[in-house]
Amino acid sequence: MKTLLTNCKIVNYDKTITKNILIEDGIIKSLTDDTPTADKTYDLKGKMVLPGLIDMHVHFRDPGLEYKEDIISGSYAAAAGGVTAVCPMANTKPVNDNAFITKYMVDKGKELGVCDILPVGAVSKGMHSEELTEMGEMFAAGACAFSDDGKPVLGSDVMRRALEYVSGFGGMILSHSEDKQLAGEGVIHEGEVSAITGLRGIPSETEEIMIARDILLAKLTGGHVHICHISTRDAVDLVRWGKAKGIKVTCEVTPHHFTLTEKELLGYDTNCKMNPPLRTADDVLAMKEGLKDGTIDCIATDHAPHARDEKFQEFDLAPFGITGLQTMVPLTLNLVREGVINENDFARLCSYAPAQLLRQKGRGVIEEGVMADIAVIDPDKEYVFDAKLNKSKSTNSPFMGKTLKGLCVLTFKNGKEVYKADI
Amino acid sequence: MSYSRKDLTGMIDLTKDEILHLLDTAEKFREINHRDVKKVPTLKGKTIVNLFFENSTRTRTSFEIAGKRLSADTINFSASASSTAKGETLIDTVHNIEAMKTDIFVVRHAYSGAIKFIAENTNASVVNAGDGLNEHPTQSLLDMLTIKQHKGRLDGLNVAIIGDITHSRVARSNIWAMPRLGINLRLFGPKTMLPRCTSPFGVKVCNNMEEAVDGADVIMTLRIQRERQGKLLLPSVKEYARYFGLNAARLKLSNNAIVMHPGPINRGVEISSEIADCPQSVILPQVESGVAVRMAVLYTLGTGQRGGE
Repeated sequence: MKTLLTNCKIVNYDKTITKNILIEDGIIKSLTDDTPTADKTYDLKGKMVLPGLIDMHVHFRDPGLEYKEDIISGSYAAAAGGVTAVCPMANTKPVNDNAFITKYMVDKGKELGVCDILPVGAVSKGMHSEELTEMGEMFAAGACAFSDDGKPVLGSDVMRRALEYVSGFGGMILSHSEDKQLAGEGVIHEGEVSAITGLRGIPSETEEIMIARDILLAKLTGGHVHICHISTRDAVDLVRWGKAKGIKVTCEVTPHHFTLTEKELLGYDTNCKMNPPLRTADDVLAMKEGLKDGTIDCIATDHAPHARDEKFQEFDLAPFGITGLQTMVPLTLNLVREGVINENDFARLCSYAPAQLLRQKGRGVIEEGVMADIAVIDPDKEYVFDAKLNKSKSTNSPFMGKTLKGLCVLTFKNGKEVYKADI
Repeated sequence: MSYSRKDLTGMIDLTKDEILHLLDTAEKFREINHRDVKKVPTLKGKTIVNLFFENSTRTRTSFEIAGKRLSADTINFSASASSTAKGETLIDTVHNIEAMKTDIFVVRHAYSGAIKFIAENTNASVVNAGDGLNEHPTQSLLDMLTIKQHKGRLDGLNVAIIGDITHSRVARSNIWAMPRLGINLRLFGPKTMLPRCTSPFGVKVCNNMEEAVDGADVIMTLRIQRERQGKLLLPSVKEYARYFGLNAARLKLSNNAIVMHPGPINRGVEISSEIADCPQSVILPQVESGVAVRMAVLYTLGTGQRGGE
């Protein structure tokens, strides 16, 4: 089976070139100026052709909470967002704290063949922050990193040993950095809007204290800590400091944290309730600065589907989290349009860098010989993100019903067309 | 001047005219409460449901009396005896009661924003009787009615609110409403009970009790919830009384201030017993104003006074 993509403006992390892409048996056979014969040909003139995006932070709720999402619906949502590999977090039911569940996830993804599932195993058994999981076995079963995301690793002793142990396998710990005691009963950022609304606040320091600790533990152990969903100015500064010291620390930011502020909460919208919470305009600016100067390594969505009924209740009772797989492209393209980053940075932040962090060879770049995971993006397409476009089982996104600019129109996984936008 | 909203969810977005309209209406209703027969037929045939998801005796009683004096049928629904304990969602509960063709919900809820959430999801009118830490608009209205009654005006007065500002819906409603009517508002309390960020309030935050009461025309002390002691917010009620309580010596620094309290009072904690009972105390007149204010609100929402639909 040969597929030919013509007139491709290929946007890689390092350069942009215009070529035709010949795909044969799921592999990029050649980047060429010729037009060889193929079984199927797509003319992609006017589009951006990126390596399949890699979202290293999603919640697919499978096994156990399939009413919110499962690996099938999540994979289709990923494909519709140009994402060809995801790292589902371990807070499933039961927790992904053993190789059996890890393998279940990988296999279910493979069987569908729409999006690669690179599971994140739990750091501690049951995510109880007491005993370490069998990370070696989980690695062998396909886990790509370890995290108790959703819950912080509370004890410094546990985090220390996890960083030490995982470094022996060459892996990293993804840290959901949160001082739970300081967060208390907080539900939004502590600041102007919490003062106005009477919603309890979560201070920025809740995040920063734990980030500081985790960076220092990375220094102690030589292990690699990756800070999940960074959201405050001082948190970015802490990572900047750690990197300058040569400590193995990296971090990610979500599109909502570089797009929205706490002001969204003035109307008590539960679809803007997430953890970490939306912060201030200055924090948003700091996210952009961090993306620009490279302190922030990559963009990840923290795609966190919840059923409508769960979000349609009192603000304090609604769960944290929003979906994000299908809004990463337009929101990141906003940064390109604003001049914060360029299109090669887009390819780096959403594809190449996560591939490097996850040590996934043959991903994150369009070149001869790698698997044909490709996202085709119409950067100028304006549309309303509605229920028809949404492929997730859940609709808990503040961008639902909003006009967005920049759409993934076509996605290839191993050379196979797995998504085509029908608008 | 008029009030054309479906609901009264908070003071934050009310205009000066809307607030004055409600206060003027309340002044007219105050007279009825002094009659021998305290009842008018204005809301006859209307059904008011007091939907209390959090315990309350005085506010609920005040609303109930107000409804009855307007000849409405008032029903009390308390969450402990309700289906919410069986796992029904808030909006399902509201829709079930609404299906019985009720006209007004008076709602108290433990979570901020819950009343707005209900108002957005029912065709009935909704009155906020207190939501979490957020707002308690009828308390703010009765506070202002009481001040007007005793000081003859609102514009240009110095009002001090002292206590747990962070966790007080009474404070928040007054913070939005009072400056809109020309009141100079100042706040004071232990640092653990003041929001870290007070700039959105646009009011003065004082550094000590003496500064807070100095030249004040009105001093409002807030109830200290004793359970807060366990949450690291204050070391002891004894220490609270010493640094944050209102006593005779401090009252002397004021401009012959009237003393207010939303109740129930902790004698000897936020207010000395002597001050609670002194002639300057208007704590009981506040309770009286409460009925008039709630009659005005129920009347306004319940009778087409809010404009045709």
